[in-house]
Amino acid sequence: MSKIQDSNGDELTGALGRAAARAQRRTTPSGAAKQESANAAAAAARRFSERAAAKGLADISYAALDSPFGALLAASTASGLVRLAFPEEGIDPVLEGLAQRLSPRIVEAGKGLERVRRELDDYFSGRRRDFELALDWSLIGPFGQKVLHATAAIPYGVVLTYTEVAAEAGSPRGSRAAGNALGSNPIPIVIPCHRVLRTGGGLGGYAGGLERKRFLLELEGALTPSLG
Amino acid sequence: MSETLPPFQRFLDTHRDVVWRFLVSSVGLTEAEDCFQETFIAALNAYPRLRPQSNLRAWVMTIAHSKAIDAHRSRARRAVPVAEPETLDPRPQAGAAARDEELWDAVGGLPERQRSAVVLRYLGDLPHREIAAAIGCSEEAARRSLHEGLCKLRKVVPA
Repeated sequence: MSKIQDSNGDELTGALGRAAARAQRRTTPSGAAKQESANAAAAAARRFSERAAAKGLADISYAALDSPFGALLAASTASGLVRLAFPEEGIDPVLEGLAQRLSPRIVEAGKGLERVRRELDDYFSGRRRDFELALDWSLIGPFGQKVLHATAAIPYGVVLTYTEVAAEAGSPRGSRAAGNALGSNPIPIVIPCHRVLRTGGGLGGYAGGLERKRFLLELEGALTPSLG
Repeated sequence: MSETLPPFQRFLDTHRDVVWRFLVSSVGLTEAEDCFQETFIAALNAYPRLRPQSNLRAWVMTIAHSKAIDAHRSRARRAVPVAEPETLDPRPQAGAAARDEELWDAVGGLPERQRSAVVLRYLGDLPHREIAAAIGCSEEAARRSLHEGLCKLRKVVPA
């Protein structure tokens, strides 16, 4: 069981090896106990993450939240919600991106992010029109912030065109750049980039897929099913 | 190799088993929980300063090891023998357990580098290369520390 060997093995190394083996046997004597140890380790790790998230010891805490689109990954910093990711983006790539761009001190919040969960639930069930969540804008560049601030100000159920949003952001001819900024919105749904359409009424694009853009606009009553 | 550290949660999930087993072995089930929490709190605090190419297992094992030593010391200070509810059986033979305890106490009395080398080798089951990474020295120096630690133990532990 133990891999420990010493070429110049004597009584002491033998005793150490046997003591270590006994210690290991005590904790991992068989399949069942090994599983028990793994479960205990997992539970201790969960307690650690929850406490670290609750006490704000980590820089970022995250949780998977149920939604009509599947499990959304929500990540928060001390300043607020910093990232909301669609299921197909994958947990690991999203967390690795956050580690690279903000901080690797990321823990799973368990039951945390309760407020984000509640507001999203209320939004998807039609009970909430405006999000009151604090947001962390640090993943968004200066131009993107202008565009997305203008986007965040679009009321529930109202749609603007890319050109109008670009004008609101102070660059009337930057509708393509505005489209790019909207396309890389790190907090979709909450920053409602789905409320921005192509001039002439076409749906335009959506990082989460046009089906979801249509779903959100219909939920808000901004779209009759024939449009787009 | 990646230029950034993995998200802390991945690091925790990857190493929680080996840290847990090590702590249960060295401080017992009752105190393992506190040591585990303290180990990862310390790791979380120091994490952003770590070089991405560091050996993470060796690094976290040295932290766990120093927390285990702290627990041994504070238990010694309390001086009242604490009955440990042993929930995992079979309970080791009492004589062997006492000898193991004595042995680990002697290990705890070694100078830090030698102690780390011995513990990482025998409880952490790390190869010399990883012991060197954990202690922050060359592989040759790690071998030497391990050798010196074992020599000292031979003098204090009746075979």
